[in-house]
Amino acid sequence: MASPTIASLFGRSPIKPIQTHMETVCECVALLSEFLANVIAEDWDKANQCGKQVVRLEKDADKKKLSIRKHLPNGLFLPVNRGDLLELLSTQDRLANRTRDITGLVWGRKMTIPASMQEKMTDYVGTAAQSSRYALQAIEELDELLSTGFSGLELKRVAEILDKLDKAEHNNDKQQIKLRAALFKLESELPPVDVMFLYQIIDKIGGLADTAQQVGSRLRLLMAK
Amino acid sequence: MEVITEHATVLLIMAAAFGFFMAWGIGANDVANAMGTSVGSKALTIKQAIFIAIIFEFAGAFLAGGEVTSTIRKGIIDSAAIEGSPDLLVFGMMASLLAAGTWLLIASMAGWPVSTTHSIVGALVGFAVVGLGFDAVQWGKVSSIVASWVVSPVLAGTMAFLLFMSVQKLVLDTDDPFKNAKKWVPMYMFLVGWMISMVTLTKGLKHVGLNFTYGQSMGIATLVGLGVVAIGVFLLSRIQPDATLEERSGYRFANVERVFGILMIFTASAMAFAHGSNDVANAIGPLAAIVSVISSGGEVAAKSALPIWILVLGGGGIAIGLATYGFKVMATIGKKITELTPTRGFAAELAAACTVVLASATGLPISTTHTLVGAVLGVGLARGIAALNLRVVGTIFVSWLVTLPAGAGLTILFFFILRALFGG
Repeated sequence: MASPTIASLFGRSPIKPIQTHMETVCECVALLSEFLANVIAEDWDKANQCGKQVVRLEKDADKKKLSIRKHLPNGLFLPVNRGDLLELLSTQDRLANRTRDITGLVWGRKMTIPASMQEKMTDYVGTAAQSSRYALQAIEELDELLSTGFSGLELKRVAEILDKLDKAEHNNDKQQIKLRAALFKLESELPPVDVMFLYQIIDKIGGLADTAQQVGSRLRLLMAK
Repeated sequence: MEVITEHATVLLIMAAAFGFFMAWGIGANDVANAMGTSVGSKALTIKQAIFIAIIFEFAGAFLAGGEVTSTIRKGIIDSAAIEGSPDLLVFGMMASLLAAGTWLLIASMAGWPVSTTHSIVGALVGFAVVGLGFDAVQWGKVSSIVASWVVSPVLAGTMAFLLFMSVQKLVLDTDDPFKNAKKWVPMYMFLVGWMISMVTLTKGLKHVGLNFTYGQSMGIATLVGLGVVAIGVFLLSRIQPDATLEERSGYRFANVERVFGILMIFTASAMAFAHGSNDVANAIGPLAAIVSVISSGGEVAAKSALPIWILVLGGGGIAIGLATYGFKVMATIGKKITELTPTRGFAAELAAACTVVLASATGLPISTTHTLVGAVLGVGLARGIAALNLRVVGTIFVSWLVTLPAGAGLTILFFFILRALFGG
């Protein structure tokens, strides 16, 4: 027998799956700190394991993304704009993709971080990971937002988290400038190709924090209706 | 005329069997739609839902089912048109029951969202037009019934929208949602008890021999409401906030939902009561018409009272249908609609129950399921539901367009078969 009327009225909610997707993404980003520690220690075996874990999580996030898209057909009546929701999902997913890019590049070239930059780099990766944790924290509020009809106190609560996210991203920007300055001083001592790639890695990690902030902006758009 | 007196017992047993079969079908399929929301929101287990449904379906059918039954029995077909031909009425009513039952069987196997009410109204109109002539149908009444099919989901939707908005404003969107839930939930409980008893008292109880004035009804309804609140407050006192639950579930309103879970026991009871009061008529309305013709020895007595045993048969049939098959359907629904948490589910149920009870009191046969669909959409419009499948609304419209002629066509077929069999 086919589903009874009331049951067929309910579509699959995308809220919980989007939250789970973000959890996976965040786990993936968080691995970057461990990866960097291994790279600094030049323990390439452990770095390799870490990198593989990142690839696994990135694939996992991809699978979740596709499943959410598949279950979000056009005819569904959603409390938020479907386009905004799908954009949010893509932005979340980009966090995992960027993380994989970074570990792939560092591992592929067996890059070493110059001693004078190591501490700054660790902090820099730390704030990028922190930004994505704040983004996750905001995404975790989606079900509460839904219960309160995207209004009132709950909006304020999410706005506070997003402010923290913005601050973390801003910090990350400042750290980026300092790291670049540190690298600039070392330029003459290092092989030029290494320098080029170090700049690229700094850029990519900064992009990670930017993307985390974009998750926040997407969420703001989603709520602003 | 002789046909009826000759075959009185056979006809009576057949009619009772058809009516019982129909009531069984309503219990097996329809009730699950009405009660499944409570199971889906985990406010009730299936066993508890069945238990509540059996009691309140029966109570609703017995206490408040009279008005709609009388509409089905004598509101759609003009009694003047059948004055001289009671045998036609008996065959027609039987054919209607059979046709509606057959159509529901076909439709539920195909998974179409058809309504028992629409089938039986289509059947009655079909029989009247073919068997008695176009003028035998009370078109004014029929058009008001059809209008109520559009109005009821809209009304339920509006009420559900407002109820859910009130929960957001009074409870969820506050600094201490749990405290406010405990404060406001008893008010909603009062509303449930007061609404249902008020409507029943003013309209439903005449056939049980009780007549209350408006003032008396108001007083009793208030007492019932307060009684419900007393039971509710007792149940609520056992709900203490679970400090780790919100952490574990990642949902800040997890404890609030537990408070509204208690409220849902009451709204589920109201829903079952409302459903019983409206839908029992589909099964026993035609039966009541047949019984009144046969028992009066072939007279078409428009004024005769509704025998209590018929209401009992209808209520019992629904209960048995629920216990034998309805629990399966309920389990299917429960698994599928987990998104409807108690804060949302209660709003949908209470709105639907109030609308259906109002319709019952006015004697309008409406579809409980479609009313509930309207109520759920109302909660969705308040941005409370993550994903609603609007295609269902389309299929419901199509089912309206198909069910009426299908019910009518099948009835005409059965009508001629029965007449040929009994040689009327």
